[in-house]
Amino acid sequence: MDAVIENLPIFLEGFKNTLGLLLLSGIGALVLGVIVAALRISPIASFRGFATVYTEIVRNTPLTLVLFFCAFLLPYLQFSPPFFVLAVIGLTVYTSPFVAEALRSGINGVPVGQAEAARSVGLTFGQSLRYVIMPQAVRMVIPPLINVFIALTKNTSVAGAFFVFELFGAGRQVVNDRGDAVIAILAGVAFFYLIITITLGQIAARVEKKVAVLR
Amino acid sequence: MSSVLYDAPGPKARARSRAISIVGVILVLAILAWLILAMGAPKTSANGAVQPGLWDATRWDVFSDRQVWRSLGGGVIATLKMAGVAAVLALIIGVLFSFGRTADHKAIRVPTAVVLEFVRGMPVLLMILFILLVFSTGSYWAGVSALAIYNGAIIGEALRAGIQSLPRGQREAGLAIGLTPLATRFTIEFPQAFRQMLPIIIAQLVVLLKDTSLAFIVGYSELLRVGVKNLPDFFGNRYLFSFFLVVLAIYLAMNLSLSWVARFVARRSGPKAGKLVDPEPTLTPKDPLASVRGGYSTGDGGQGPA
Repeated sequence: MDAVIENLPIFLEGFKNTLGLLLLSGIGALVLGVIVAALRISPIASFRGFATVYTEIVRNTPLTLVLFFCAFLLPYLQFSPPFFVLAVIGLTVYTSPFVAEALRSGINGVPVGQAEAARSVGLTFGQSLRYVIMPQAVRMVIPPLINVFIALTKNTSVAGAFFVFELFGAGRQVVNDRGDAVIAILAGVAFFYLIITITLGQIAARVEKKVAVLR
Repeated sequence: MSSVLYDAPGPKARARSRAISIVGVILVLAILAWLILAMGAPKTSANGAVQPGLWDATRWDVFSDRQVWRSLGGGVIATLKMAGVAAVLALIIGVLFSFGRTADHKAIRVPTAVVLEFVRGMPVLLMILFILLVFSTGSYWAGVSALAIYNGAIIGEALRAGIQSLPRGQREAGLAIGLTPLATRFTIEFPQAFRQMLPIIIAQLVVLLKDTSLAFIVGYSELLRVGVKNLPDFFGNRYLFSFFLVVLAIYLAMNLSLSWVARFVARRSGPKAGKLVDPEPTLTPKDPLASVRGGYSTGDGGQGPA
Protein backbone atom coordinates (compact mmCIF):
# COMPACT_ATOMS: atom_id res chain seq x y z
CA MET A 1 0.00 0.00 0.00
CA ASP A 2 2.81 2.42 0.83
CA ALA A 3 4.06 2.02 -2.73
CA VAL A 4 0.85 3.66 -3.92
CA ILE A 5 0.90 6.44 -1.36
CA GLU A 6 4.57 7.24 -1.96
CA ASN A 7 4.01 7.52 -5.69
CA LEU A 8 0.70 9.34 -5.52
CA PRO A 9 2.06 12.39 -7.42
CA ILE A 10 3.01 10.13 -10.35
CA PHE A 11 -0.44 8.56 -10.35
CA LEU A 12 -2.14 11.94 -10.22
CA GLU A 13 0.02 13.17 -13.09
CA GLY A 14 -1.03 10.11 -15.09
CA PHE A 15 -4.66 10.57 -14.10
CA LYS A 16 -4.53 14.16 -15.31
CA ASN A 17 -3.19 13.05 -18.68
CA THR A 18 -5.80 10.30 -18.95
CA LEU A 19 -8.53 12.87 -18.30
CA GLY A 20 -6.91 15.17 -20.86
CA LEU A 21 -6.83 12.42 -23.48
CA LEU A 22 -10.43 11.51 -22.68
CA LEU A 23 -11.65 15.09 -22.89
CA LEU A 24 -9.79 16.15 -26.04
CA SER A 25 -10.36 12.99 -28.05
CA GLY A 26 -13.94 12.81 -26.73
CA ILE A 27 -14.71 16.27 -28.10
CA GLY A 28 -12.85 15.50 -31.32
CA ALA A 29 -14.71 12.22 -31.78
CA LEU A 30 -18.02 13.93 -31.10
CA VAL A 31 -17.38 16.54 -33.81
CA LEU A 32 -16.06 14.02 -36.34
CA GLY A 33 -18.82 11.57 -35.41
CA VAL A 34 -21.56 14.15 -36.00
CA ILE A 35 -20.08 14.88 -39.43
CA VAL A 36 -19.87 11.18 -40.32
CA ALA A 37 -23.41 10.56 -39.04
CA ALA A 38 -24.71 13.50 -41.08
CA LEU A 39 -23.00 12.12 -44.19
CA ARG A 40 -24.33 8.68 -43.37
CA ILE A 41 -27.97 9.79 -43.36
CA SER A 42 -27.69 12.44 -46.07
CA PRO A 43 -29.93 12.08 -49.12
CA ILE A 44 -26.89 12.15 -51.40
CA ALA A 45 -25.80 8.63 -52.23
CA SER A 46 -22.09 9.26 -52.72
CA PHE A 47 -21.72 10.90 -49.30
CA ARG A 48 -23.58 7.97 -47.75
CA GLY A 49 -21.29 5.50 -49.45
CA PHE A 50 -18.17 7.35 -48.37
CA ALA A 51 -19.32 7.49 -44.74
CA THR A 52 -20.23 3.79 -44.78
CA VAL A 53 -16.82 2.76 -46.10
CA TYR A 54 -15.08 4.99 -43.56
CA THR A 55 -17.13 3.51 -40.71
CA GLU A 56 -16.51 -0.07 -41.74
CA ILE A 57 -12.77 0.33 -42.25
CA VAL A 58 -12.07 2.22 -39.05
CA ARG A 59 -14.33 0.02 -36.95
CA ASN A 60 -12.60 -3.13 -38.12
CA THR A 61 -9.07 -1.87 -37.54
CA PRO A 62 -7.51 -2.66 -34.16
CA LEU A 63 -6.88 0.40 -32.01
CA THR A 64 -3.29 -0.71 -31.51
CA LEU A 65 -2.76 -0.49 -35.27
CA VAL A 66 -4.34 2.99 -35.44
CA LEU A 67 -2.15 4.26 -32.62
CA PHE A 68 0.89 2.60 -34.15
CA PHE A 69 0.18 4.53 -37.33
CA CYS A 70 -0.06 7.76 -35.37
CA ALA A 71 2.99 7.17 -33.19
CA PHE A 72 5.40 5.77 -35.79
CA LEU A 73 4.18 6.40 -39.33
CA LEU A 74 2.98 9.98 -39.04
CA PRO A 75 6.40 11.11 -37.75
CA TYR A 76 7.94 9.00 -40.53
CA LEU A 77 5.78 10.93 -43.01
CA GLN A 78 7.28 14.09 -41.52
CA PHE A 79 4.37 15.09 -39.36
CA SER A 80 5.62 15.04 -35.81
CA PRO A 81 3.80 16.90 -33.05
CA PRO A 82 4.25 15.57 -29.48
CA PHE A 83 3.06 12.04 -28.80
CA PHE A 84 0.16 13.32 -26.72
CA VAL A 85 -1.29 15.08 -29.76
CA LEU A 86 -0.66 12.03 -31.94
CA ALA A 87 -2.53 9.85 -29.44
CA VAL A 88 -5.44 12.31 -29.39
CA ILE A 89 -5.60 12.13 -33.18
CA GLY A 90 -5.59 8.34 -33.15
CA LEU A 91 -8.23 8.03 -30.44
CA THR A 92 -10.40 10.64 -32.17
CA VAL A 93 -10.32 8.82 -35.48
CA TYR A 94 -10.87 5.43 -33.85
CA THR A 95 -13.82 6.60 -31.73
CA SER A 96 -15.60 8.70 -34.36
CA PRO A 97 -17.40 5.85 -36.21
CA PHE A 98 -18.76 4.52 -32.92
CA VAL A 99 -20.11 7.97 -32.06
CA ALA A 100 -21.64 8.18 -35.53
CA GLU A 101 -23.32 4.80 -35.13
CA ALA A 102 -24.71 5.73 -31.72
CA LEU A 103 -26.14 8.96 -33.15
CA ARG A 104 -27.64 7.25 -36.15
CA SER A 105 -29.27 4.48 -34.15
CA GLY A 106 -30.70 7.13 -31.81
CA ILE A 107 -32.30 9.02 -34.67
CA ASN A 108 -33.59 5.77 -36.14
CA GLY A 109 -35.03 4.88 -32.74
CA VAL A 110 -37.61 7.66 -32.96
CA PRO A 111 -40.81 6.03 -34.22
CA VAL A 112 -41.83 7.03 -37.73
CA GLY A 113 -45.30 7.92 -36.45
CA GLN A 114 -43.78 10.88 -34.65
CA ALA A 115 -42.47 12.32 -37.88
CA GLU A 116 -45.69 11.54 -39.71
CA ALA A 117 -47.71 13.25 -37.01
CA ALA A 118 -45.43 16.28 -37.11
CA ARG A 119 -45.71 16.55 -40.86
CA SER A 120 -49.46 16.04 -40.89
CA VAL A 121 -50.11 18.91 -38.47
CA GLY A 122 -48.29 21.06 -40.99
CA LEU A 123 -44.81 21.48 -39.51
CA THR A 124 -42.09 22.02 -42.08
CA PHE A 125 -38.98 19.83 -42.34
CA GLY A 126 -37.00 22.14 -40.09
CA GLN A 127 -39.79 22.53 -37.57
CA SER A 128 -40.47 18.83 -37.26
CA LEU A 129 -36.78 18.16 -36.70
CA ARG A 130 -36.49 21.01 -34.23
CA TYR A 131 -39.59 20.41 -32.15
CA VAL A 132 -40.40 16.72 -32.53
CA ILE A 133 -37.55 14.50 -33.73
CA MET A 134 -34.44 16.01 -32.15
CA PRO A 135 -35.73 16.38 -28.58
CA GLN A 136 -36.51 12.66 -28.59
CA ALA A 137 -33.43 11.56 -30.51
CA VAL A 138 -31.04 13.43 -28.22
CA ARG A 139 -32.46 11.68 -25.18
CA MET A 140 -32.19 8.28 -26.78
CA VAL A 141 -28.66 8.97 -27.95
CA ILE A 142 -27.18 9.90 -24.59
CA PRO A 143 -26.94 6.41 -22.96
CA PRO A 144 -25.19 4.71 -25.93
CA LEU A 145 -23.00 7.77 -26.31
CA ILE A 146 -21.92 7.53 -22.68
CA ASN A 147 -21.10 3.87 -23.31
CA VAL A 148 -18.85 4.97 -26.14
CA PHE A 149 -17.09 7.38 -23.80
CA ILE A 150 -16.66 4.67 -21.17
CA ALA A 151 -14.96 2.55 -23.80
CA LEU A 152 -12.86 5.54 -24.83
CA THR A 153 -11.70 5.92 -21.22
CA LYS A 154 -10.50 2.35 -21.23
CA ASN A 155 -8.94 2.78 -24.66
CA THR A 156 -6.79 5.68 -23.52
CA SER A 157 -4.74 3.04 -21.71
CA VAL A 158 -3.44 1.82 -25.09
CA ALA A 159 -1.94 5.26 -25.66
CA GLY A 160 0.18 4.57 -22.58
CA ALA A 161 2.03 1.96 -24.59
CA PHE A 162 2.82 4.54 -27.28
CA PHE A 163 4.91 7.00 -25.27
CA VAL A 164 2.08 8.95 -23.64
CA PHE A 165 2.45 9.27 -19.90
CA GLU A 166 -1.08 8.52 -18.68
CA LEU A 167 -2.43 6.20 -15.97
CA PHE A 168 -1.29 2.96 -17.57
CA GLY A 169 2.13 4.42 -18.31
CA ALA A 170 2.35 5.74 -14.76
CA GLY A 171 1.45 2.29 -13.42
CA ARG A 172 4.13 0.68 -15.57
CA GLN A 173 6.76 3.12 -14.42
CA VAL A 174 5.92 2.68 -10.74
CA VAL A 175 5.89 -1.10 -11.15
CA ASN A 176 9.39 -0.91 -12.59
CA ASP A 177 10.56 0.97 -9.49
CA ARG A 178 8.71 -1.11 -6.95
CA GLY A 179 8.55 -4.68 -8.22
CA ASP A 180 7.65 -5.91 -4.75
CA ALA A 181 4.19 -4.28 -4.65
CA VAL A 182 2.81 -5.10 -8.10
CA ILE A 183 -0.69 -6.01 -6.91
CA ALA A 184 -1.18 -2.86 -4.83
CA ILE A 185 0.10 -0.60 -7.60
CA LEU A 186 -2.03 -2.09 -10.36
CA ALA A 187 -5.05 -2.07 -8.03
CA GLY A 188 -4.34 1.63 -7.52
CA VAL A 189 -4.32 2.22 -11.28
CA ALA A 190 -7.54 0.22 -11.61
CA PHE A 191 -9.12 2.36 -8.88
CA PHE A 192 -8.46 5.52 -10.87
CA TYR A 193 -9.97 4.01 -14.01
CA LEU A 194 -13.01 2.85 -12.07
CA ILE A 195 -13.55 6.39 -10.76
CA ILE A 196 -14.15 7.52 -14.34
CA THR A 197 -15.94 4.49 -15.77
CA ILE A 198 -18.30 3.81 -12.87
CA THR A 199 -19.28 7.49 -12.63
CA LEU A 200 -20.07 7.58 -16.33
CA GLY A 201 -21.95 4.28 -16.02
CA GLN A 202 -24.11 5.67 -13.21
CA ILE A 203 -24.97 8.71 -15.30
CA ALA A 204 -25.91 6.46 -18.22
CA ALA A 205 -28.12 4.30 -16.01
CA ARG A 206 -29.89 7.34 -14.58
CA VAL A 207 -30.51 8.87 -17.99
CA GLU A 208 -31.74 5.53 -19.30
CA LYS A 209 -34.25 5.34 -16.46
CA LYS A 210 -35.54 8.81 -17.26
CA VAL A 211 -35.96 7.95 -20.92
CA ALA A 212 -37.82 4.78 -20.00
CA VAL A 213 -40.36 6.85 -18.06
CA LEU A 214 -40.79 9.06 -21.07
CA ARG A 215 -41.86 6.20 -23.32
CA MET B 1 -39.01 4.23 -48.91
CA SER B 2 -38.97 7.98 -49.23
CA SER B 3 -38.34 9.84 -46.04
CA VAL B 4 -41.43 11.10 -44.26
CA LEU B 5 -39.57 14.18 -43.17
CA TYR B 6 -39.94 16.07 -46.44
CA ASP B 7 -42.15 15.93 -49.49
CA ALA B 8 -41.25 13.53 -52.25
CA PRO B 9 -38.75 15.30 -54.51
CA GLY B 10 -39.95 16.41 -57.91
CA PRO B 11 -37.97 16.12 -61.15
CA LYS B 12 -36.00 19.30 -60.48
CA ALA B 13 -35.00 18.31 -56.96
CA ARG B 14 -34.09 14.82 -58.14
CA ALA B 15 -31.86 16.20 -60.86
CA ARG B 16 -30.21 18.52 -58.39
CA SER B 17 -29.61 15.72 -55.92
CA ARG B 18 -28.11 13.58 -58.66
CA ALA B 19 -25.81 16.43 -59.70
CA ILE B 20 -24.63 16.91 -56.11
CA SER B 21 -24.08 13.19 -55.83
CA ILE B 22 -21.86 13.12 -58.91
CA VAL B 23 -19.92 16.17 -57.73
CA GLY B 24 -19.53 14.43 -54.37
CA VAL B 25 -18.10 11.30 -55.97
CA ILE B 26 -15.66 13.37 -57.99
CA LEU B 27 -14.66 15.35 -54.91
CA VAL B 28 -14.02 12.24 -52.82
CA LEU B 29 -12.08 10.56 -55.63
CA ALA B 30 -10.04 13.71 -56.20
CA ILE B 31 -9.07 13.91 -52.53
CA LEU B 32 -8.12 10.24 -52.53
CA ALA B 33 -6.08 10.61 -55.71
CA TRP B 34 -4.32 13.65 -54.28
CA LEU B 35 -3.48 11.74 -51.09
CA ILE B 36 -2.14 8.78 -53.03
CA LEU B 37 -0.06 10.99 -55.31
CA ALA B 38 1.24 13.05 -52.39
CA MET B 39 2.33 9.91 -50.62
CA GLY B 40 3.98 8.62 -53.78
CA ALA B 41 6.01 11.74 -54.36
CA PRO B 42 9.71 11.48 -53.43
CA LYS B 43 10.55 13.49 -50.33
CA THR B 44 13.65 15.44 -49.40
CA SER B 45 14.43 15.14 -45.73
CA ALA B 46 16.09 17.85 -43.66
CA ASN B 47 19.66 16.76 -44.41
CA GLY B 48 19.06 16.80 -48.14
CA ALA B 49 18.75 13.05 -48.70
CA VAL B 50 15.94 12.14 -51.10
CA GLN B 51 13.58 9.36 -49.98
CA PRO B 52 11.72 7.45 -52.66
CA GLY B 53 7.91 7.82 -52.67
CA LEU B 54 5.78 5.36 -50.72
CA TRP B 55 4.63 3.48 -53.83
CA ASP B 56 8.15 3.20 -55.20
CA ALA B 57 9.17 -0.35 -56.15
CA THR B 58 12.13 -0.27 -53.76
CA ARG B 59 9.68 -0.11 -50.89
CA TRP B 60 7.69 -3.11 -52.04
CA ASP B 61 10.21 -5.57 -53.49
CA VAL B 62 10.44 -7.33 -50.13
CA PHE B 63 7.07 -8.97 -50.78
CA SER B 64 8.53 -11.18 -53.50
CA ASP B 65 10.37 -13.00 -50.73
CA ARG B 66 8.47 -16.14 -49.73
CA GLN B 67 9.93 -15.98 -46.23
CA VAL B 68 8.12 -12.69 -45.58
CA TRP B 69 4.78 -14.24 -46.38
CA ARG B 70 5.63 -17.26 -44.25
CA SER B 71 6.38 -14.97 -41.28
CA LEU B 72 3.15 -13.05 -41.83
CA GLY B 73 1.28 -16.35 -42.01
CA GLY B 74 2.88 -17.37 -38.73
CA GLY B 75 1.67 -14.08 -37.25
CA VAL B 76 -1.86 -14.69 -38.48
CA ILE B 77 -1.83 -18.17 -36.96
CA ALA B 78 -0.54 -16.83 -33.64
CA THR B 79 -3.30 -14.21 -33.63
CA LEU B 80 -5.97 -16.78 -34.48
CA LYS B 81 -4.61 -19.17 -31.85
CA MET B 82 -4.94 -16.52 -29.20
CA ALA B 83 -8.36 -15.39 -30.41
CA GLY B 84 -9.68 -18.94 -30.72
CA VAL B 85 -8.69 -20.14 -27.27
CA ALA B 86 -9.81 -16.87 -25.70
CA ALA B 87 -13.16 -17.06 -27.53
CA VAL B 88 -13.92 -20.55 -26.25
CA LEU B 89 -12.96 -19.60 -22.71
CA ALA B 90 -14.92 -16.34 -22.97
CA LEU B 91 -18.06 -18.25 -23.97
CA ILE B 92 -17.69 -20.60 -21.00
CA ILE B 93 -17.03 -17.72 -18.61
CA GLY B 94 -19.92 -15.79 -20.12
CA VAL B 95 -22.34 -18.65 -19.48
CA LEU B 96 -21.10 -18.97 -15.89
CA PHE B 97 -21.43 -15.21 -15.34
CA SER B 98 -24.94 -15.13 -16.75
CA PHE B 99 -26.01 -17.98 -14.48
CA GLY B 100 -24.42 -16.35 -11.46
CA ARG B 101 -26.04 -13.03 -12.31
CA THR B 102 -29.53 -14.52 -12.58
CA ALA B 103 -29.16 -16.93 -9.64
CA ASP B 104 -31.97 -17.14 -7.09
CA HIS B 105 -29.68 -16.76 -4.11
CA LYS B 106 -28.54 -13.29 -3.23
CA ALA B 107 -25.26 -14.75 -1.97
CA ILE B 108 -24.33 -15.68 -5.54
CA ARG B 109 -26.02 -12.86 -7.43
CA VAL B 110 -24.53 -9.88 -5.61
CA PRO B 111 -20.85 -10.93 -5.68
CA THR B 112 -21.17 -11.84 -9.37
CA ALA B 113 -22.65 -8.43 -10.12
CA VAL B 114 -19.78 -6.71 -8.31
CA VAL B 115 -17.15 -8.77 -10.15
CA LEU B 116 -18.86 -8.07 -13.49
CA GLU B 117 -19.00 -4.34 -12.83
CA PHE B 118 -15.33 -4.37 -11.83
CA VAL B 119 -14.15 -6.34 -14.87
CA ARG B 120 -16.19 -4.27 -17.31
CA GLY B 121 -14.84 -1.00 -15.98
CA MET B 122 -11.24 -2.04 -16.46
CA PRO B 123 -8.98 -1.59 -19.50
CA VAL B 124 -8.08 -4.98 -21.00
CA LEU B 125 -4.49 -3.84 -21.28
CA LEU B 126 -4.30 -3.32 -17.53
CA MET B 127 -5.71 -6.79 -16.97
CA ILE B 128 -3.14 -8.30 -19.33
CA LEU B 129 -0.33 -6.53 -17.50
CA PHE B 130 -1.73 -7.60 -14.13
CA ILE B 131 -1.93 -11.27 -15.08
CA LEU B 132 1.48 -11.12 -16.72
CA LEU B 133 3.19 -9.62 -13.68
CA VAL B 134 1.29 -11.23 -10.83
CA PHE B 135 0.95 -14.77 -12.13
CA SER B 136 4.00 -14.59 -14.46
CA THR B 137 2.20 -16.65 -17.07
CA GLY B 138 4.06 -15.53 -20.16
CA SER B 139 2.55 -13.16 -22.70
CA TYR B 140 0.40 -15.74 -24.49
CA TRP B 141 -1.58 -16.90 -21.49
CA ALA B 142 -1.74 -13.41 -20.04
CA GLY B 143 -3.41 -12.22 -23.23
CA VAL B 144 -5.69 -15.24 -23.49
CA SER B 145 -6.93 -15.10 -19.92
CA ALA B 146 -7.44 -11.32 -19.82
CA LEU B 147 -9.34 -11.38 -23.11
CA ALA B 148 -11.38 -14.38 -21.93
CA ILE B 149 -12.37 -12.74 -18.63
CA TYR B 150 -13.16 -9.36 -20.13
CA ASN B 151 -15.17 -10.63 -23.08
CA GLY B 152 -16.72 -13.31 -20.90
CA ALA B 153 -18.11 -10.55 -18.69
CA ILE B 154 -19.64 -8.80 -21.67
CA ILE B 155 -21.05 -11.99 -23.16
CA GLY B 156 -22.42 -12.82 -19.70
CA GLU B 157 -24.24 -9.51 -19.56
CA ALA B 158 -25.66 -10.08 -23.03
CA LEU B 159 -26.89 -13.55 -22.07
CA ARG B 160 -28.43 -12.19 -18.88
CA ALA B 161 -30.29 -9.56 -20.89
CA GLY B 162 -31.44 -12.36 -23.19
CA ILE B 163 -32.70 -14.49 -20.31
CA GLN B 164 -34.51 -11.57 -18.74
CA SER B 165 -36.16 -10.56 -21.97
CA LEU B 166 -37.88 -13.94 -22.27
CA PRO B 167 -41.57 -14.08 -21.40
CA ARG B 168 -41.98 -15.13 -17.78
CA GLY B 169 -44.28 -17.95 -18.86
CA GLN B 170 -41.28 -19.86 -20.20
CA ARG B 171 -39.79 -20.31 -16.76
CA GLU B 172 -43.15 -20.91 -15.13
CA ALA B 173 -43.99 -23.57 -17.67
CA GLY B 174 -40.70 -25.32 -17.05
CA LEU B 175 -41.23 -25.32 -13.31
CA ALA B 176 -44.85 -26.41 -13.71
CA ILE B 177 -43.96 -29.57 -15.58
CA GLY B 178 -41.68 -30.52 -12.69
CA LEU B 179 -38.22 -29.48 -13.90
CA THR B 180 -35.87 -28.22 -11.22
CA PRO B 181 -34.99 -24.52 -11.42
CA LEU B 182 -31.54 -25.39 -12.75
CA ALA B 183 -32.91 -27.74 -15.39
CA THR B 184 -35.41 -25.07 -16.43
CA ARG B 185 -32.62 -22.60 -16.87
CA PHE B 186 -30.44 -25.02 -18.83
CA THR B 187 -32.98 -26.66 -21.10
CA ILE B 188 -35.62 -23.97 -21.56
CA GLU B 189 -34.39 -20.46 -20.89
CA PHE B 190 -30.72 -20.63 -21.84
CA PRO B 191 -31.10 -22.05 -25.37
CA GLN B 192 -33.57 -19.34 -26.29
CA ALA B 193 -31.46 -16.58 -24.78
CA PHE B 194 -28.35 -17.85 -26.54
CA ARG B 195 -30.14 -17.96 -29.87
CA GLN B 196 -31.45 -14.47 -29.44
CA MET B 197 -28.11 -13.05 -28.40
CA LEU B 198 -25.99 -14.88 -30.96
CA PRO B 199 -25.45 -11.82 -33.20
CA ILE B 200 -24.29 -9.75 -30.23
CA ILE B 201 -22.01 -12.56 -29.11
CA ILE B 202 -20.42 -12.88 -32.53
CA ALA B 203 -19.99 -9.11 -32.73
CA GLN B 204 -18.19 -9.35 -29.40
CA LEU B 205 -15.94 -12.05 -30.84
CA VAL B 206 -14.93 -9.62 -33.58
CA VAL B 207 -13.94 -7.23 -30.80
CA LEU B 208 -11.96 -10.04 -29.19
CA LEU B 209 -10.14 -10.73 -32.44
CA LYS B 210 -9.30 -7.04 -32.75
CA ASP B 211 -8.12 -6.85 -29.16
CA THR B 212 -5.60 -9.66 -29.57
CA SER B 213 -3.44 -6.88 -31.02
CA LEU B 214 -3.04 -5.60 -27.45
CA ALA B 215 -0.77 -8.58 -26.83
CA PHE B 216 1.65 -6.74 -29.14
CA ILE B 217 2.32 -4.41 -26.22
CA VAL B 218 3.35 -7.20 -23.84
CA GLY B 219 5.55 -8.81 -26.46
CA TYR B 220 3.53 -11.69 -27.88
CA SER B 221 4.56 -12.32 -31.50
CA GLU B 222 1.18 -12.05 -33.19
CA LEU B 223 0.34 -10.53 -36.55
CA LEU B 224 0.87 -6.93 -35.50
CA ARG B 225 4.22 -7.55 -33.82
CA VAL B 226 5.50 -9.71 -36.65
CA GLY B 227 4.26 -7.31 -39.32
CA VAL B 228 5.18 -3.90 -38.02
CA LYS B 229 8.03 -4.68 -35.64
CA ASN B 230 9.94 -7.87 -36.38
CA LEU B 231 9.89 -7.73 -40.18
CA PRO B 232 10.73 -4.01 -40.55
CA ASP B 233 13.48 -4.46 -37.95
CA PHE B 234 14.94 -7.19 -40.09
CA PHE B 235 14.47 -5.79 -43.58
CA GLY B 236 14.93 -2.12 -42.79
CA ASN B 237 12.70 0.77 -41.82
CA ARG B 238 11.95 1.90 -45.35
CA TYR B 239 9.55 -1.04 -45.62
CA LEU B 240 7.62 0.07 -42.51
CA PHE B 241 4.77 1.70 -44.39
CA SER B 242 4.40 -1.19 -46.85
CA PHE B 243 4.28 -3.70 -44.01
CA PHE B 244 1.77 -1.51 -42.20
CA LEU B 245 -0.56 -1.48 -45.20
CA VAL B 246 -0.31 -5.24 -45.65
CA VAL B 247 -1.01 -5.91 -41.95
CA LEU B 248 -3.97 -3.52 -42.10
CA ALA B 249 -5.33 -5.38 -45.12
CA ILE B 250 -5.00 -8.75 -43.36
CA TYR B 251 -6.77 -7.46 -40.25
CA LEU B 252 -9.55 -5.94 -42.32
CA ALA B 253 -10.01 -9.18 -44.25
CA MET B 254 -10.28 -11.23 -41.04
CA ASN B 255 -12.55 -8.84 -39.17
CA LEU B 256 -14.81 -8.00 -42.09
CA SER B 257 -15.41 -11.66 -42.87
CA LEU B 258 -16.27 -12.38 -39.23
CA SER B 259 -18.57 -9.33 -39.19
CA TRP B 260 -20.18 -10.66 -42.32
CA VAL B 261 -20.86 -13.96 -40.54
CA ALA B 262 -22.38 -11.98 -37.65
CA ARG B 263 -24.69 -10.16 -40.04
CA PHE B 264 -25.67 -13.39 -41.73
CA VAL B 265 -26.47 -15.02 -38.37
CA ALA B 266 -28.37 -11.91 -37.29
CA ARG B 267 -30.62 -12.20 -40.31
CA ARG B 268 -31.27 -15.85 -39.60
CA SER B 269 -31.62 -15.91 -35.83
CA GLY B 270 -31.56 -12.40 -34.41
CA PRO B 271 -34.25 -10.99 -32.16
CA LYS B 272 -36.22 -10.03 -35.24
CA ALA B 273 -35.84 -13.31 -37.15
CA GLY B 274 -39.08 -14.97 -38.07
CA LYS B 275 -41.07 -11.78 -37.77
CA LEU B 276 -41.80 -9.32 -40.52
CA VAL B 277 -39.65 -9.67 -43.60
CA ASP B 278 -39.78 -5.93 -44.10
CA PRO B 279 -37.70 -4.30 -41.38
CA GLU B 280 -39.29 -1.60 -39.29
CA PRO B 281 -39.45 1.69 -41.12
CA THR B 282 -36.93 4.23 -39.95
CA LEU B 283 -36.49 7.94 -40.33
CA THR B 284 -33.30 7.82 -42.32
CA PRO B 285 -32.58 6.10 -45.60
CA LYS B 286 -32.20 2.37 -45.40
CA ASP B 287 -28.79 0.97 -44.73
CA PRO B 288 -27.78 -2.52 -45.77
CA LEU B 289 -25.32 -2.80 -42.89
CA ALA B 290 -27.69 -1.76 -40.16
CA SER B 291 -28.65 -5.19 -38.87
CA VAL B 292 -25.70 -5.61 -36.56
CA ARG B 293 -24.03 -2.94 -34.54
CA GLY B 294 -20.43 -4.00 -34.39
CA GLY B 295 -19.23 -3.98 -30.82
CA TYR B 296 -16.96 -1.27 -29.71
CA SER B 297 -13.50 -2.44 -28.87
CA THR B 298 -13.29 -2.81 -25.12
CA GLY B 299 -16.69 -1.40 -24.66
CA ASP B 300 -20.38 -1.19 -24.68
CA GLY B 301 -21.43 -4.67 -23.86
CA GLY B 302 -24.36 -5.73 -21.85
CA GLN B 303 -27.15 -3.98 -23.64
CA GLY B 304 -30.30 -5.83 -24.36
CA PRO B 305 -31.71 -6.22 -27.84
CA ALA B 306 -32.49 -2.92 -29.42
